[in-house]
Amino acid sequence: MPDSRSDQAVFALEFQAVSKCFIAGRRTVDALRNVSLALPKGTVAGLVGPDGAGKTTLMRLAAGLLLPDSGRVAVFGRDSSNQAAQLRGLIGYMPQRFGLYEDLSVAENLNLYADLHGIGREERTQRFQELTRMTNLTPFSKRLAGRLSGGMKQKLGLACTLLSQPQLLLLDEPSVGVDPVSRRELWSIIDQQVKTSGTTVLLSTAYLDEAERCMEVMLLDEGELLDHSSPDAFRKKVQGRCYRVTHPDLSNRDLQNRLSGQPGITDAVIQGEAVRIVCDSEDSVNAALLKTDNGRTRIEPIAPRLEDAFIELLNKRRAPVRQANRITEASVPVADEEIIRVDGVDRWFGDFQAVKRLSFTVRRGEVFGLLGANGAGKTTTFRMLCGLLPASSGRLQVAGVDLRKAAARARARIGYMSQKFSLYSNLSVSQNLAFFSSVYGLSNARRDDRIQWALQQFELEAHKDANSGDLSLGYKQRLAIACALMHEPEILFLDEPTSGVDPLARREFWNRTNRLAATGVTVLVTTHFMEEAEYCDRLVIMAEGDILTSGTPSEIKRQARTEALPDPTMEDAFIQLIQAKRP
Amino acid sequence: MSDSRVKKRMRLKGLIAKEFLQIWRDPSSLAIAFVLPVFLLLLFGYGVSLDARQVPVGWVVDKTTPETTGFTAAFQHSEYFQSFHFADMAAAEHALLAREITAIIRLREDFSSQLFKQNSPAIQVIVDGVDANTARLISGYVQGTWNEWLSHLAAMRGTTLSRPVIAQQRIWYNSAVLSKDFLVPGLIAIIMTLTGALLTAMVVAREWERGTLEAMIATPVTMGEVLLGKLIPYYLLGMGGLLLSIAMAVFLFDVPLRGSFWVLLLTGTLFLLVALGMGLLISIIAKNQFVAGQAAIIATYLPAFLLSGFIFNINSMPPVIQAFTYLVGARYFVAILQTVFLAGDIWPVILPNALALALMAAVFFGLAAKKAPKRLE
Repeated sequence: MPDSRSDQAVFALEFQAVSKCFIAGRRTVDALRNVSLALPKGTVAGLVGPDGAGKTTLMRLAAGLLLPDSGRVAVFGRDSSNQAAQLRGLIGYMPQRFGLYEDLSVAENLNLYADLHGIGREERTQRFQELTRMTNLTPFSKRLAGRLSGGMKQKLGLACTLLSQPQLLLLDEPSVGVDPVSRRELWSIIDQQVKTSGTTVLLSTAYLDEAERCMEVMLLDEGELLDHSSPDAFRKKVQGRCYRVTHPDLSNRDLQNRLSGQPGITDAVIQGEAVRIVCDSEDSVNAALLKTDNGRTRIEPIAPRLEDAFIELLNKRRAPVRQANRITEASVPVADEEIIRVDGVDRWFGDFQAVKRLSFTVRRGEVFGLLGANGAGKTTTFRMLCGLLPASSGRLQVAGVDLRKAAARARARIGYMSQKFSLYSNLSVSQNLAFFSSVYGLSNARRDDRIQWALQQFELEAHKDANSGDLSLGYKQRLAIACALMHEPEILFLDEPTSGVDPLARREFWNRTNRLAATGVTVLVTTHFMEEAEYCDRLVIMAEGDILTSGTPSEIKRQARTEALPDPTMEDAFIQLIQAKRP
Repeated sequence: MSDSRVKKRMRLKGLIAKEFLQIWRDPSSLAIAFVLPVFLLLLFGYGVSLDARQVPVGWVVDKTTPETTGFTAAFQHSEYFQSFHFADMAAAEHALLAREITAIIRLREDFSSQLFKQNSPAIQVIVDGVDANTARLISGYVQGTWNEWLSHLAAMRGTTLSRPVIAQQRIWYNSAVLSKDFLVPGLIAIIMTLTGALLTAMVVAREWERGTLEAMIATPVTMGEVLLGKLIPYYLLGMGGLLLSIAMAVFLFDVPLRGSFWVLLLTGTLFLLVALGMGLLISIIAKNQFVAGQAAIIATYLPAFLLSGFIFNINSMPPVIQAFTYLVGARYFVAILQTVFLAGDIWPVILPNALALALMAAVFFGLAAKKAPKRLE
């Protein structure tokens, strides 16, 4: 299909001063503001940016699904506004959630997309063979797409997109909710495609380590393109200002808590056995450390990552995060009391076993993590622990109460935040808080006290009259946690609190959670971000309803240590465990 | 270019095959398309009846004479009534209050003596008016039976009845006055609205919701092909519903089909196009299944039920509502259905109604084509 014009064009994708706005309710939202970019042919480019930055809008404009309000979008030199029909043959676009028909089988989905692309019979058979082999989907060709795991869905979506051998491949958040093993497989497919067909790839992602694998990275924030250069150039910006900090007595969490928000320190996160910080300058590091502890902290420079530059660039554009109510004294230590006990729990849905022989214990005051890809059984486990779902068999004890006998009594002592936040979107922030406190039966005086506390603690005062539906995702998450805390529960369950939330908001979330844990509240949290495991005191890693391993983050990582990989990340450990489990 | 025609046909074929696979695998689609129609037909064919049958009636006869016995006997033979005898008015009233009977017929002492005098109210009828419809039916039936019995009596005595006019009723087209013969044909319009508008609106909204339409628009497929890919399967499904309904009406419920089958099929196509047009229009505006379902029920299904003349006579509606019924496509099709089934191919009725349907279909498709998204906006 390639014709002379697409061969002549230098750029696979070009945006010239593109702006796009949407009308949401009574407000106009500028999704993209004056964005200009150019991708040479054969480039693999990553699009990163916080939630709501305009990534999906940019992808849709590139795919010709939206037209710019002003400016020009060109694909291989052709204008997307008047040559859309010709361009469709050159572009392969995979939307979020992969655009698959869940009630069609793998083969039927492939056939449909082959029909839509007008691929002839012989070519089709050959492409099917190639693609199903490449994606390891051959044994599953009769399975319904809805029954596939997240990783397999993603690969099928990619196979459907690659059927027509597109010259420009647009992938919108292809790895959300997909396990690390599948993410690696996705990359090997992309690499192969680029090598054999010279395809140009643009993919948006929330994973910065994924962006690091691209040739070019574009950082988008509030509709503006902040930067567009190679990952190396990004890293150079923070070169020499990244350090690894350790302290002999303080826990990583306490250390991180003390460092973050200090003047001169732009970013502080727990990484492995240390806290990683990014400083304004080399001098500010020493000044900051001096304040933390009289020289007992150890500090050594480390190589910068893309994420360091990313956070610094974004932080510059935002008001500095206030660190109200910081705890400076050491936190309440984890008590030696078991507050949750799960013993041989099974859960069946029909003939599908979502949770298999699950056993673990959680101590009072711990931050306990459940890690795993989508469909690993994390949410099911949570629902059972909150008494929302009975276990098929086994014993569940929460705060000393057997859930089979007195679920309601246990529920009064726990707070639960579900994945979708369960807020009333047409009630204001304070109305939501008032509603949830009355649900938990708080007296009037206490209710007013708690609402005041929540508005202050979660910095919601300025938004208290705004409808919760109009809040940004980060604020919604804060409000949802506040609502779950109105009755001062001993245990807080947070189901995927950071899903779809950008790195900045995720940092804020973990700061808050750490402070909460420091006051003696036990926190259980599920996540599919492997690096978030570092914030937990202990965790279990789940896959397909099984516990693969459990322990402290360093214990788990130690299991994966090899000669080739002396300092494995949590993701490395996860992949090793999964591969050991699969035949 | 023949190559582009081949590809176009391949795309359309792919879309239609996909739609049928989805219908076949989705129990809710099958339920709306086939189970619900059968259920509605059985319900309206067997269950719902606007006829009064075996109505419990209480008798209070003050003085028994041969005439009173004859009159009560006339009721005993009627299939419309079930007679109960009471000693006095108080007992009968008590039974009426307890809803054991729905009417009291009282024959006074002077029943026989007053029988042949002019304008003399010889019987008293008290009807429980809580259910106005049944009450009206009962009083009508009592009146009818009374007249019949009187003339019968007069003939036996060899005298003519000293009344100026005797109403002799004859009911055409549905001579047995069976409400099922009238309800079942009208129901076909409701059933086709379900598949045409409700199901279509929901399945398109589902594609928006799941993001599959987004992926599809990004392929070389045109919006026209996407719309046709929806229209053809649901047209076939709707016609299947029509055939199923006709078969059940004729073979199960013995509704006469006096007009021609082909007229039904042709006008059914027109009506289905109206319903599909509405369904597509709704799905273009409402992009999630909940809103699409609600909109389809309020804008198509309920009007078809209430304002089409299927149950409620349009002529007895207030003028404002009557004017509104002209916007309801089912109104025209119900008129055609009832005519073709019960009366025959009466062209003066069929043609104007079919024309109205064609016009509505053209308007809805024009709007749907104009509003159809070429892109995501």
